[in-house]
Amino acid sequence: MPSGSERLAIRVEDLSITYRTPIERKPTLRSMVVRAGRRERIVAEIDAVKNVTFDVPRGSVLGVVGANGAGKSTLVRSIAGILPPTSGRVEVNGRVSTLLALGVGFNRKLTGRENVVLGGLAAGWTREELAEKYDDIVRFAELKKFMDYPMRTYSSGMYGRLAFSVAVNMEPDILLIDEALSVGDAKFKRKSFRKMRKLCEADSTVVLVSHALQSIKDLCDHAIWMHEGELRMWDEPEAVIDAYTDFLEVGEDAVTMEDV
Amino acid sequence: MTTEATQPHRLEDEFTSEHHVYEPHTVGLPPLGSYLRALWKRREFAAELARTNLRAQHFNTAFGLLWLVLNPILLATVYFILVDILRGGDRGEDFFAHLVGALFAYYFLQQSMQQGVRSVVSGGRLILNTAFPRALLPLSSVLTAFFRFLPTIAIYIPIHIASGLPVGPEMLWLLPIMAILVVFASAMAMLVAAVQVYFRDLKSFLPYATRIWMYATPILYFAHEVPDRYDWIPALNPLAPIITAWSTVLDESNSPALSDMLIGTAWAVGAFLLAAAFFVSREREFAVRL
Repeated sequence: MPSGSERLAIRVEDLSITYRTPIERKPTLRSMVVRAGRRERIVAEIDAVKNVTFDVPRGSVLGVVGANGAGKSTLVRSIAGILPPTSGRVEVNGRVSTLLALGVGFNRKLTGRENVVLGGLAAGWTREELAEKYDDIVRFAELKKFMDYPMRTYSSGMYGRLAFSVAVNMEPDILLIDEALSVGDAKFKRKSFRKMRKLCEADSTVVLVSHALQSIKDLCDHAIWMHEGELRMWDEPEAVIDAYTDFLEVGEDAVTMEDV
Repeated sequence: MTTEATQPHRLEDEFTSEHHVYEPHTVGLPPLGSYLRALWKRREFAAELARTNLRAQHFNTAFGLLWLVLNPILLATVYFILVDILRGGDRGEDFFAHLVGALFAYYFLQQSMQQGVRSVVSGGRLILNTAFPRALLPLSSVLTAFFRFLPTIAIYIPIHIASGLPVGPEMLWLLPIMAILVVFASAMAMLVAAVQVYFRDLKSFLPYATRIWMYATPILYFAHEVPDRYDWIPALNPLAPIITAWSTVLDESNSPALSDMLIGTAWAVGAFLLAAAFFVSREREFAVRL
């Protein structure tokens, strides 16, 4: 590893991610047999991220903005090690905690407690560490009464609060957040902002993907703007957001800052 | 690569170490050493997932457990009567014990596949959000099936004794045979779990496949009763030598035939290596396929 990068938490070099995904909602053997001989295209090749290079210094907050389908989520998943690069390289220094778009609970039939325990164990935590953190997670999420209810009974706000609480209370070196701040009420949002600032003071690094431009401005030290898989801009948050807003106004949509 | 935040009690692995480098490796296998270390480190996850699944299947309640053992015993009774009628009523108690013993072992495999086929697809959110060795999901299904197999042993023992079948030290052979069956069940669970991602209707075909497989295995008949012109069925069936060895030990309290043990082991290990290679080389794609 080259010297001088010790202060970097994340280093993304010339990263490209292409993946193939079936066009059908549910690929089946039956549909394959039915289709046989017709030579229809059944998978779409998606160039989600194209030659992206940037880095994130430790203890800073990076905001990621971009229109839908810009490759933001794919980028964050590859930093989390969930999607492998097609070419290029991702280097991550530190323990990663992810709070991606879909949240913590992977099985809505299970209780909040079971989901937290299973998610934590899958992420590589030991039972002791989980037991130690469990009360903090529940307290932060303000869900004491609901932890033994199946997660299908949760409101989307409760869902998001639990997901956020799990992610931040695991004391990650690097926290990846994909559009999760829109959940929860104003009070919880303030609390999450405070918690993220605290993590940064403790030398943690945060990557925040959001459409809420105001929170990017408030929280981030740097920002990148992704457009159709390419890195359009990597600069101070104000500059990136001004450019992004200009771009959106030139385009079809009007943007509002009131998202948060 | 130490940092101020380093937690010394944490073992390094590909998924949570302090320093990760992700480079293209879409083709072929990931580094196996670190994959296996990560897998072993998260064994608690597989155990907890199995326990949670059992709870969801009401395994922890008296009636849930009762149903779990009642269901196979009722089926065994139905099969016994059916076979006895077809054979003109020549089947004795020893056949009933054979049927139950072999059926319970077969149900372990069938359960591993039935739970395994759902394991990856139903773990969607977890797979989209967390980096961990995906093989834990089907392996956890095998564990669930094994937990469901255990109480059936308690049902089998009185049937064995009541049928007047012999008991002897040769019965210790059951342990290595069970180990072979576990390896084979893990192979099948990984295979169906991965294929289900690409063909979502596998789950609906599976019950038919497992039923046919059961008929092709010496469960509803003794292995030595297979007529010559159907010799090719047990010869091609990986499960036949395993269940034959199992039945030899259970029914006769004899050591299993060496050929059954060797062929069964070869099938199990071969299938495991192939299925594991298939699963692990595909698993990085699951996140975009779900």
